[in-house]
Amino acid sequence: MCLGIPGKIISIYEEHGTRMANIDFGGVSREACVEVVPEAKPGDWTIVHAGFALNLLSEEEAQETLEILSEMARLAEQDDLDHGE
Amino acid sequence: MILTTVNDSTSPNFLTGYRDAHLVQGVIKQIHQRITQPWTIMEICGGQTHAIMQYGLDQLLPAEIELVHGPGCPVCVTSLELIDQALWIAQQPDVIFTTFGDMLRVPGSNGDLFSVRAAGAQVRVVYSPMDAVKIAQENPDKQVVFFAIGFETTAPANAMSVLQAEKIGLENFSILPANVLVPPAMHAILSSPENRIQGFLAAGHVCAVMGYWEYPPIAEKYQIPITVTGFEPLDLLNGILHTVIMLEEGRTEVENAYTRVVSYEGNQSAQQLINRVFQTVDRNWRGIGAIPKSGYGLHEAYKHYDASMKFHSTGIQTEESPLCIAGQVLQGLKKPYECPAFGTQCTPQSPLGAPMVSSEGACAAYYRFGRKTK
Repeated sequence: MCLGIPGKIISIYEEHGTRMANIDFGGVSREACVEVVPEAKPGDWTIVHAGFALNLLSEEEAQETLEILSEMARLAEQDDLDHGE
Repeated sequence: MILTTVNDSTSPNFLTGYRDAHLVQGVIKQIHQRITQPWTIMEICGGQTHAIMQYGLDQLLPAEIELVHGPGCPVCVTSLELIDQALWIAQQPDVIFTTFGDMLRVPGSNGDLFSVRAAGAQVRVVYSPMDAVKIAQENPDKQVVFFAIGFETTAPANAMSVLQAEKIGLENFSILPANVLVPPAMHAILSSPENRIQGFLAAGHVCAVMGYWEYPPIAEKYQIPITVTGFEPLDLLNGILHTVIMLEEGRTEVENAYTRVVSYEGNQSAQQLINRVFQTVDRNWRGIGAIPKSGYGLHEAYKHYDASMKFHSTGIQTEESPLCIAGQVLQGLKKPYECPAFGTQCTPQSPLGAPMVSSEGACAAYYRFGRKTK
């Protein structure tokens, strides 16, 4: 129910004075309301739930977390080697 | 009116990376290395329960970790009174009743929205509350009602549908307010004498909207660590790792393992939108009971969009299945396979209780992914 799908904003337009966007979900394009992400612009990634953009998705934060986890995976392997596994 | 356009469709590493098998193995190793004793952790969100089962993460974790599945399934906790109201409203003449698809099979006291539709009622599935507003625009001679269920994640969209109807001047649109809230449910679980939860994975998309400023007082009051957690395999394991480390170190803090989407403050525009349209009200949770200030009802100024007032649908006598133990499952007190009806009298095709229906219900997850015994 709280499913949020990441998508890339293709274009932004207005409908009855409400900010809407066309959003690309891995090749499928759908409209969503972007009223509560006023800073959104085409090219940004967003999380969409029930036709409503909840927030922008930070590429830098996503990349940073992945790097921390990669480092952790490397250390875990190193630990295994040190213990002769 | 197109304002600006860009065209580019790729699935970048910062998304697919969260399903990387090598990294998943690394985090699992870390969890194994850090854990020294048994811990009971609750994931609140039903979407996370399903992801854990779907990817088999529960089977990769150390035996010391027991994952308990929380009440974060709006379809499951929407009260029988509200389901019965929905069924009654949907059967009124000249009504088009609109709902998310998950609600169709949820059993009311007498039938479900599917059976009401089969008997001739106009029940339509929508992807977004905004679609229900469109249906109202296209059908000026009908009353269009939207079943506004969901947690904080869905509240901005539900609120927006009311504002949009007001903007367009629609008098034939209303909602059946059924939104529920996570923090009051956490209080209810943690203050129960039967509680055995030692750590929480907070629901990432609820926090995308609300932030996590509401959680430090809970962590402090109940001396329990909480980690804001996302939905991909790596997100879930990272959330579990954060929680295990805090438990092992005796820290009762709130950490964010979903920083690419969640900030401490959350989306303030979304919170303003919610507060403009809704106010917190006491709400009944199916199988759990009344929880104070645990739902959103419409503000006085928007009461004319409240379908239960428009159709005078309150005061229906309800009747729950005597076999169903959904309430205990939703509070993490029992596992689905401990129910005598599980997989026999109660299946997704013929559910006795809501958790067997929903794509997020714990019973449906256990049934679908074959967790039929301990």
